[in-house]
Amino acid sequence: MIIRINGKNEEITNSINLADFIKGKGFKERAIVVEYNNNIIPQEDWHNVLLQDNDVLEIVSFVSGG
Amino acid sequence: MEDILGIAEKKINNRTFIGTGKFSSFALMQEALLAVGTDVVTVALRRVDISSQKDNILDYIPKSCIIMPNTSGARNADEAVRIARLAKAAGCGNWVKIEVISDNKYLLPDNLETLKAVEILAKEGFVVLPYMSPDLSMAKRMIDAGAVCVMPLGSPIGSNRGVKTEELVRIMVSELSVPVVVDAGLGKPSDACKCMEMGCAAVLVNTAIAISRDPVNMAVAFNEAVKAGRRAYISGIPSGEITAKASSPLTGFLGRNV
Repeated sequence: MIIRINGKNEEITNSINLADFIKGKGFKERAIVVEYNNNIIPQEDWHNVLLQDNDVLEIVSFVSGG
Repeated sequence: MEDILGIAEKKINNRTFIGTGKFSSFALMQEALLAVGTDVVTVALRRVDISSQKDNILDYIPKSCIIMPNTSGARNADEAVRIARLAKAAGCGNWVKIEVISDNKYLLPDNLETLKAVEILAKEGFVVLPYMSPDLSMAKRMIDAGAVCVMPLGSPIGSNRGVKTEELVRIMVSELSVPVVVDAGLGKPSDACKCMEMGCAAVLVNTAIAISRDPVNMAVAFNEAVKAGRRAYISGIPSGEITAKASSPLTGFLGRNV
């Protein structure tokens, strides 16, 4: 299945929950915020979300800015 | 004598707000923030670069600082609201600097879209500080919509041209009952001092500090200028006169016939 993460398509072979997906990517969990299909998912709920075909993820964090 | 700036429920001692952009390193940024003892710091929100995980900027911002995420990147109210909600979900508080810009040349804010974002976010419980083009009637609308202060630009972001909007900012300070914080374009400490002498509540400075040869020292210079300007303002700056007013008596001159 294909999911869109930060504007790019990515193929996922097996069904995976959001928590495992993020862990697998090596993100620093405390530093990021995740929007899943236009909904912000709190970190404590990541394991409840099973990624599906055509899901859209935005993974953001704070950066420098004025 | 205490001179605290109250915004929402926060008591702010330091009127030099600092942006975190353009520093050559997070460590240098941290040093500048600590040297000033700033209370309010801005950050932005962006997609994480999956290929290269960088340091967490929050690790370099003193824990005592109020983090004020900006909504930079937003081209309209909806995008600003989306960014603000994501920023709030990061768990660093509910302050937000609304920044809505669709002009890529001058980076001037879109006051109308900013107002729309103020209306939505204030209702959701954010502490809203809108970055705006100085416009008294628009500022009043933003305040009515829930903005806790207004942040008119001095000159375009990163231009270091100073307070080109001086006259309009002066009017805003005179007519508004909320803090006016000049944000953007302040190029040197005397610009910040001028803002404070006019009665502004604070200034937000980023580029002029971050790209100077010695950002830590420059940050301190800005802070000293802010303090001097504020002290002058609360001391009562005498108005200018066209003619001279002698500083010593006009009698008792040596060698004069009386």
